Amino acid sequence: MDTKNVIREYCIIRNGEIILNGNVLFKSADILPSLFFTDAYKNLGINYSRFYKMDNLSKLGFLASELLLRGKTMGEFCKADEMGLIFYNAASSADTDRVHQESINDRNAYFPSPSVFVYTLANIVIGEICIRHKINGESTFFIEKDFNPDGLFRYVNQLLEDHIVQCCLTGWIQLDGDHYEGMLYLIEKSTSDTDGIVIFDPEKLKDIYLQEA
Amino acid sequence: MEQLITKLKIEIIEVLNLTEMTPESIDENAPLFVEGMGLDSIDALELIVLLEKKYGLKLATAEEGKKVLRSVRSIADFIRENNKG
Amino acid sequence: MREVYVVSDNIISSLGFTSNENFAALKQEKTGIKLHNDAKISPLPFWASIINQETLTEKFAVYGHPDQYTRFEKMVILSILDALETNDVDIKSNRTLVILSTTKGNVDLFDNKIGCSFDRDRAYLWYTAQLMQQFFNLGNTPLVVSNACISGVLALVIGARMIRSGRFDNVVVCGADLVTEFVLSGFNSFLSLCSGPCKPFDKDRQGLSLGEAAGTLILTADKKYASKDLAFVGPGFSSNDANHISGPSRTGEGLCIAIKRTLQQFEQPVDYISAHGTATSYNDEMESIALNRVGLHTVPVNSFKGYWGHTLGAAGVIESISGIYSMRHNLLFKTLGYSQPGVTQPIDVINETREKQINSFLKIASGFGGCNAALLFNK
Repeated sequence: MDTKNVIREYCIIRNGEIILNGNVLFKSADILPSLFFTDAYKNLGINYSRFYKMDNLSKLGFLASELLLRGKTMGEFCKADEMGLIFYNAASSADTDRVHQESINDRNAYFPSPSVFVYTLANIVIGEICIRHKINGESTFFIEKDFNPDGLFRYVNQLLEDHIVQCCLTGWIQLDGDHYEGMLYLIEKSTSDTDGIVIFDPEKLKDIYLQEA
Repeated sequence: MEQLITKLKIEIIEVLNLTEMTPESIDENAPLFVEGMGLDSIDALELIVLLEKKYGLKLATAEEGKKVLRSVRSIADFIRENNKG
Repeated sequence: MREVYVVSDNIISSLGFTSNENFAALKQEKTGIKLHNDAKISPLPFWASIINQETLTEKFAVYGHPDQYTRFEKMVILSILDALETNDVDIKSNRTLVILSTTKGNVDLFDNKIGCSFDRDRAYLWYTAQLMQQFFNLGNTPLVVSNACISGVLALVIGARMIRSGRFDNVVVCGADLVTEFVLSGFNSFLSLCSGPCKPFDKDRQGLSLGEAAGTLILTADKKYASKDLAFVGPGFSSNDANHISGPSRTGEGLCIAIKRTLQQFEQPVDYISAHGTATSYNDEMESIALNRVGLHTVPVNSFKGYWGHTLGAAGVIESISGIYSMRHNLLFKTLGYSQPGVTQPIDVINETREKQINSFLKIASGFGGCNAALLFNK
């Protein structure tokens, strides 16, 4: 039997829109990240007050993953320690880095904030998602100049083939000032017949990434 | 004192991003950590920064922090005792 | 399944510019953590392990104009160059991948006080990757792993996987981070810095010491490049605590999972553990709990943080290099700064540099975001 890895679902967040599996779930006139994310949080019926403590990068990743994982019970859908999170972006945590830098620029008003500083690491978004969904699996945050579907496919596919992960939340979580782009795919190993499902391959990743709403 | 307590509640909501709370919903005598509001270690550190930034009071250790930060009222008492409120 | 061999290494730190210089200092129980007075980094004097600036500039000048490269770039380039000196691994080949492990890279470029003759984009890690590609004329753009304090161990785990899968034949892993005002002020706001050199696992530990370093480890599938004293890179995994974004799990959940998954693929006993041992109250306690839970509490364990401080993105690499040195020389390094047990679960902390037959060792690390990693090395 031919086993293929599949793109089970995907979520795109950009240009004031949230798209889940090709359907626009939410659209907002607020293009600026802070307002848009808060609007989305309220309108999508998410109940998780920790959201308000997150920086913009974590809010972006959190929202995309929330839409992909809600309703799925870790353990049933995938074992908690076999769910991988492999994320990429270009700016790392530059957005929050500037906020932290600002808090230490003036020696007369020198008040670095621990709740800002902790978000000056891009992988915190992965931590937030793991806490929310109780995921103990393999995770990595990579930095690349542009979204690289070939590189992502090669690495994540290998993790699936080697049984390091059974499922994987992976994609591009990029935010820098007012510009943001969230693109998360939920990938699974599948032993079933490939009819009607989306095969996990670089071309498919690219097609989804490039689609218009 | 009541004014200080109300002011503190507003400031706490702001610095800890407790966006879904209102000052009225915070009981000034309830424990802030572990039970009660269930704030965590980063919240405690943020409150230490708040005390320094807004009230000029420095808490140097986590232990001192634990006593002073027990509740909104204990923070208010600390500020008043140190006469900077 | 392809074997992954260690080829060569380099460490650049306050204790020296080559691995050998660093190990000579370790044998003499020297610490690089000193009191510094530098208003550009901190308004008050601070304890840290800092690389000698003049020596760095001087050594770099042989390869490029020092003014055209940032401090971070100079460290990374020099470290890789030194690791390449003793072997014929072709770094330019498209069968070779370079992986950079760093938490903050050129973050000091955000600081206006330092004065910036470099363009804005230079602060981005993708820029550093491109710069490395240009400098070394690489066949592939370097991969950048930026995953808090486990970045170094993670980069080695990933590098070994890339070789085993046949995707690449050689991987050059370089881990590096600076001591900057950015990072120092941040850890200060967490009240987690020690005044004085840190004391891992000790009863009187007061927090961590920051350090800067660059470390390079070259791995290969090709036995002809492997070092004379063969050392193999074994299995490794990462795992998340799913508990808190800055504090470690009180039960060491993620670290236990990472260690168990690693040991499931390795049948021999583990002879030594190089712990994360940052000397914060919570980290060291968590590691003692995790080691007990997985049944490794009688294996000799140390922390290198008392020598180099916590070098963030470099830590996993330079501490793995020291572990390999220990394994080759059957020599356990004492945990500098440790004198009395200070964790609730019993573990066998190495308190005197001594000889021991070591055929395998486990490197472990934990970091902000609840991440943990483990990697095995063996003879």
